[in-house]
Amino acid sequence: MKTECPVCGAAIELAEGTVVGELLECPDCGTELEVVTLDPPEVKEAPQEEEDWGE
Amino acid sequence: MKIGLLHSLIRKDEKFLIDELNAVKGVELVMIDDREITFNLGKDDFKLDVVVERCINHSRALHGLKLFEAAGVKCVNTYNVATVCGDKLLTSVALAEHKVAQPEVRVAFTEESALKAIEEMGYPVVLKPAVGSWGRLLSKINDRDAAEAILEHKAVLGSYHHSIFYIQKYVEKKGRDIRSFVVGDKCIAAIYRTSPHWITNTARGGMATNCVVTDELNDLSVRAAKAVGGGIVAIDVFETAQGMMVNEVNYTMEYKNSITTTGVNIPKKMVEYILQVAEGK
Repeated sequence: MKTECPVCGAAIELAEGTVVGELLECPDCGTELEVVTLDPPEVKEAPQEEEDWGE
Repeated sequence: MKIGLLHSLIRKDEKFLIDELNAVKGVELVMIDDREITFNLGKDDFKLDVVVERCINHSRALHGLKLFEAAGVKCVNTYNVATVCGDKLLTSVALAEHKVAQPEVRVAFTEESALKAIEEMGYPVVLKPAVGSWGRLLSKINDRDAAEAILEHKAVLGSYHHSIFYIQKYVEKKGRDIRSFVVGDKCIAAIYRTSPHWITNTARGGMATNCVVTDELNDLSVRAAKAVGGGIVAIDVFETAQGMMVNEVNYTMEYKNSITTTGVNIPKKMVEYILQVAEGK
């Protein structure tokens, strides 16, 4: 499954077993991405850290 | 068996857990995205054997757990554990009630009384938001000037939460602390977190190396876990001249850097515990 980085346009390969919501890093620009859908494959920029994120 | 996974973003921690859950024969994994779910109070019927909480937001985890438990669903961890661990003040109270060693902690509600408490404790101290993670907004206070400045900033610029002053005596930990992982009634693994900075969280760049689980560490970790209600928790431990002390207890533990480091399949151990809870054992 292939899609493209919404920031730099680089090709993003979604590995087998990828799930919706999974975080990825664009291999070209390093942007953290979130998988939005698998069919069709689509990613968006991951949300920014919020005040109550963490353990 | 139907297992719900309450989540938002799927980090490596969640991915490892998903892979282990999917590897169990007879388990149907139901993904529950906290950004999409709605609750219908008094009418929800989830038909799940257990919900595993893996939210990245503390507030959603806490309220989601309450709502699932109210609907009759067992949860790992429980709402009570999340409540206690999510608030350092409540954690310290629980540890004190169970006589688990921890650094000296004082709590004050005004700038003046907080300053008085700090002066009595002696410098340095660490001011922490009672609710907060990943080492955010921790302040190491080395002298009275810094104490006055930080207290004023917190009172004026912060929300009312920041005027519940949680003050911990600073522990000189010689560049490292311990993160131990408790599943049920056993400490299954531990790492040292080493950093030149006084904040050693791996989220802040602390380096992880394996730490042998000694009897002392196992005993302290398990007692700390039980003090907050048990389940699957990660304990932050200081090594001091007076023995090991518990710094914090984390209820949505992050372990992705600790599997290879310790050689322990942490998510597999978690799944074994989750299945026990689901089966009512």
